[in-house]
Amino acid sequence: MSDQEYIPKSKAAKWFNDRLPLLTLGAHLTDYPTPKNLNYWWTFGGILTFCLITQIVTGIVLAMHYVAHADLAFGSVEHIMRNVNYGWLIRYIHSNGASMFFLAVYIHIFRSLFYGSYKSPREIIWILGLMIYLLMMAAAFLGYVLPWGQMSFWGATVITNLFSAIPLVGESITTWLWGAYSVDNPTLNRFFSLHYLFPFLILGLVVLHIWALHIPGNNNPVGIDIKKPSKDTVPFHPYITIKDAFALLVFMIIFAGFVFFTPNVLGHSDNYIPANPLVTPAHIVPEWYLLPFYAILRSVPDKLGGVILMFSAIFILFVLPWLDTSKVRSAVFRPLYRQFFWILVIDVLMLGYVGAMPAEGVYLVLARVGTIYYFLHFIVILPVVGLLEKTDPIPMSISEPVMTGGAEPSLARKLNEKV
Amino acid sequence: MSKEEKKVNRRDFLFTASYTIGAVGVGAVIWPMIDQMNPDKAQQALATTEVDISQVEPGKSITVLWRGKPIFVKRRTPGEIQEARAVNLDDLPDPQNDEERVKEGKDEWLVMLGVCTHLGCVPLKDKGDYNGWFCPCHGSHYDVSGRVRKGPAPTNMEIPKFEFLDNNTIKIG
Repeated sequence: MSDQEYIPKSKAAKWFNDRLPLLTLGAHLTDYPTPKNLNYWWTFGGILTFCLITQIVTGIVLAMHYVAHADLAFGSVEHIMRNVNYGWLIRYIHSNGASMFFLAVYIHIFRSLFYGSYKSPREIIWILGLMIYLLMMAAAFLGYVLPWGQMSFWGATVITNLFSAIPLVGESITTWLWGAYSVDNPTLNRFFSLHYLFPFLILGLVVLHIWALHIPGNNNPVGIDIKKPSKDTVPFHPYITIKDAFALLVFMIIFAGFVFFTPNVLGHSDNYIPANPLVTPAHIVPEWYLLPFYAILRSVPDKLGGVILMFSAIFILFVLPWLDTSKVRSAVFRPLYRQFFWILVIDVLMLGYVGAMPAEGVYLVLARVGTIYYFLHFIVILPVVGLLEKTDPIPMSISEPVMTGGAEPSLARKLNEKV
Repeated sequence: MSKEEKKVNRRDFLFTASYTIGAVGVGAVIWPMIDQMNPDKAQQALATTEVDISQVEPGKSITVLWRGKPIFVKRRTPGEIQEARAVNLDDLPDPQNDEERVKEGKDEWLVMLGVCTHLGCVPLKDKGDYNGWFCPCHGSHYDVSGRVRKGPAPTNMEIPKFEFLDNNTIKIG
């Protein structure tokens, strides 16, 4: 790292920094050498930090007015919407904020898939990111249960019943999760407690995620290792901060659009009906960000098989860095992988679509095809493409395509053959 | 390896003993933390429910709440009983005779947990391809005996522990 030489100017600052080097950390974050060619797909890390802080702040405020009891929860949410000053605004920011959080995280994940950011030496960053993603899904599910509407109740029933598919101990685990013999008041109570806890666990993992990022430094659109600092890098502040801030503003406009104009479009109207343990809604669906996994679950005509496949769809991502055999990171120089990347994007979007549709007829067929392709991509296509593909010549440095007009990759080709 | 490394001395004993006692202590503290999440005394106290079934007409059913879950109490017509018993066991994913699912001599009364064995939704009555129940969540079909016939549910709808206190009352649990 370039900043171990940092010495505070004032005596007092030096006194403090010698005892707790917070100023050294600040200087590191300010000067942190960043590839100069980062595009707007790289602004989602900052956007995600904003989303997390937004959820924590609005969540703490909502908890001041919400009551976690089966008889009172639904009413207390309506109380927030109607009586609490600006309660409607805070709740709509929190509920739409969850969706915006997932929108940003999916773009962030697919950016990593396109530019090969998960590859050596960034595997730990990738795995920490997936752990954050898992906790996000858990937190979002727990939060969705709290208003205690019909979708809350039956969503909680279906998701907790996933664990009952585990042989032998499944039923005991489900009862243990419920604290009762069905989803009931003890369930709501503990879900509230855990929903409050998880964002702080996420925050801790985010610190580790960024720490791990700052060891090798950012990947970049051409995906090559760069010297730091060099003419290929710029200091994080002000170059990246201003770019992140601009992207964040655009993101916030979209966010505000949802909050102020269509605050319920991403939710489900059935959740404005109080929970009723005797009646299941005719068509139950999870929130949009879980739909692809829901489609995978439903594509299998076997309870345990469906549950295993759904969890595998997430956990297979943990070994992704070792399934991808290509040494070239960026899809910019991988003509074959690039096409499969976009097929995967379409596949996941299609799974999301059929996850929202009834599990019958053509939708079931599409879900099965989509599920098979999803696993095929990671288990077969990725390792094989990496071995067979003839990659395009990669540049020696970020500056080179600019300096040489980009059309003289003779040096780079030599380097590429070595790769 | 030298002889000294192989020899078990006082210090090794102390280490092992400390780790063991420490592990027992940690376990003793962790268990209450885990077990507090299991159903408490108040939940367990709701374990039995008595139901008056005198008002149920043949062919109709009622739904009652037991331990937070719906119980279907259906009074079946002779035709429905016959239909349930005519089924070939080879056609069932979870083979079970209709006789095993009712009390002897009380064949018309089907008392079962109204919970889909797939992921816990409440199936809709008089729906589906088998004249029984249909789960709207993931499309499992049950017959007039509550046995799964089609769909992702692995087993038949569960029969809870229950008894007839007299001709008009059953006790569930």
